[in-house]
Amino acid sequence: MSAVLPHASADLTAPKGQRRWIEGTMHTILWLCAAASVFTTVGIVLILLVESLQFFGHVSIVEFLTGTTWTPHSNPPQFGILPLFCGTILVAGGSAVIAIPLGLGAAIYLSEYASPRMRDVLKPILEILAGIPSVVFGYLAIVFVSPIVRSIFPSADIFNALNASIVVAIMILPMIVSLSEDTLRSVPRSLREGAYALGATKLDVTVGVILPAALSGIMASFILAIARAVGETMAVALAAGKRPQMTLNPLDSIQTMTAYIVETSKGDNPQGTLGYQTIFAVGLTLFLCTLALNVLAQWILKRMREQYE
Amino acid sequence: MMTEASPPARPTRPVTQRLTTVADMRPADDFLERPQKVVATNVNFFYGSHQALHDISLRMPQNCVTALIGPSGCGKSTFLRCLNRMNDMIEGTRVEGEILLEDIDIYRPKTDVVELRKRVGMVFQKSNPFPKSIYENVAYGPRVAGVKQRDVLDGIVEQSLRRSALWEEVSDRLNESALRLSGGQQQRLCIARALATDPDVLLMDEPASALDPKSTARIEDLIFELKDTYTIVIVTHNMQQAARVSDQTAFFYEGHLVEAGATTDLFTKPRQKQTEEYITGRFG
Ligand SMILES: Nc1ncnc2c1ncn2[C@@H]1O[C@H](COP(=O)(O)OP(=O)(O)OP(=O)(O)O)[C@@H](O)[C@H]1O
Ligand SMILES: [Mg+2]
Repeated sequence: MSAVLPHASADLTAPKGQRRWIEGTMHTILWLCAAASVFTTVGIVLILLVESLQFFGHVSIVEFLTGTTWTPHSNPPQFGILPLFCGTILVAGGSAVIAIPLGLGAAIYLSEYASPRMRDVLKPILEILAGIPSVVFGYLAIVFVSPIVRSIFPSADIFNALNASIVVAIMILPMIVSLSEDTLRSVPRSLREGAYALGATKLDVTVGVILPAALSGIMASFILAIARAVGETMAVALAAGKRPQMTLNPLDSIQTMTAYIVETSKGDNPQGTLGYQTIFAVGLTLFLCTLALNVLAQWILKRMREQYE
Repeated sequence: MMTEASPPARPTRPVTQRLTTVADMRPADDFLERPQKVVATNVNFFYGSHQALHDISLRMPQNCVTALIGPSGCGKSTFLRCLNRMNDMIEGTRVEGEILLEDIDIYRPKTDVVELRKRVGMVFQKSNPFPKSIYENVAYGPRVAGVKQRDVLDGIVEQSLRRSALWEEVSDRLNESALRLSGGQQQRLCIARALATDPDVLLMDEPASALDPKSTARIEDLIFELKDTYTIVIVTHNMQQAARVSDQTAFFYEGHLVEAGATTDLFTKPRQKQTEEYITGRFG
């Protein structure tokens, strides 16, 4: 060995200058990589907060959160965010109603019923679905979904919340399927065997043992998917219209928080104007909504881990 | 394998001396004359290309306890799991040969596996309680079998927990999560869960491996008592336990059934050298 590693015993105390330099540099570079993501997050939140604070210097926060009219470009302007919030809930809720049953059914099929070969075919298809850009979905909503919706419900607007719900549902479906399937498959085989050994049928085992055991993970996948739907922008901006209004009718044309931000960013609102600052106030609200959903999902997952220990 | 000439690798007690420590030895049973409950004939078993069982033929008579012994990895669990087709769950496995439950070939294509498993219950090597309450764990089998009346379920739960020697410890907290029970309590819960479905045949894979001597004794008493109504196949690493509870013992080694016979015979006058070496603790 000593022939292979000359000087192995010599100079144990002083690290070689070059080696110490490399170690130190690597440490710093890696620290910078980690710090970059932290600083970006902090920076974004700070910008949101500072610009929003200026906005709330002109508009009372109570009016902003409780007002039912959103006409920022009228004279006099009104800044009640509830119509935008309502639009977001309508689209996200509608897509959840469509995607959750479909996604859970598909996840159960993949994890409990599908043959390995079937799974090998279906999972890549889901991944392809997850990779389609959202603007494509927005376009499909206009040229394809909207005419179908209007042929079934003639009263529907050309741009309506249902169009958006349908395409957003398709967009969040892969997420629900893959996250739920992961939790279903992570239920230990010994539990399945325990149930089958008692004379349970596949349905008994799935409904009575696997689903309850995986429930928290499944719930978390639903919430993460809803958070994704709340934040979804391009498809919604294209398909749902741009009419902020307090309605729960999915056939109406509406505007979501995200779609408002897109519209206003495109328009000419010079920096410092109230119109410009609305973007940040709405953005902050949107951020708080998705943050709350993410925290909720993490909390549910943590509860699940505790339950298993 | 040792030859007659070579000295023992380490000191061992003679077989007979070892057996005097076993309190409850019964004379060789008449078990071979009893009706055969489960009969395995020329069973081969494969995990993919790995053959885990070689040409196993074993008869398990009604109302008898058959003990499967042998060193770790010799195929005891694999054989046990063939008897209720639990190995079907593992992808890429294959069974050859014939296993009869009374006169039904359980591997014929039209066998209803769900009904089979209602008749052939199982306690697993690793306890696997459901993440549900203690009550719901035991009530699960009767529930999937269609029992709905609460008082009937209550009765089954209490009786099963009493038989598995767990009732006194849990009777006041039946609605607590079963996952909070200790390892040994979970094992007894799994025994109770298997008893609750009232099978004909009970397969037990090391049911006492996580139990203290007192609970072990109670489980052994239970096995003794259950013999009147059930046919039992038990895997154990404990020679004294095999000698105490079983009528018939089968010694497995590297996927082969080396020797099977009346427990008293097998422990006092084993026919095969390997058996003798194993039961006297010289290997395994
Ligand atoms: N799921 C599996 N896939 C592949 N091989 C397996 C599987 N389960 C067991 N085996 C193999 O089959 C052989 C027999 O295993 P088995 O579990 O039946 O042994 P055992 O006698 O029960 O051992 P132990 O006393 O340790 O429980 C071993 O070689 C093991 O590696
Ligand atoms: Mg085993």
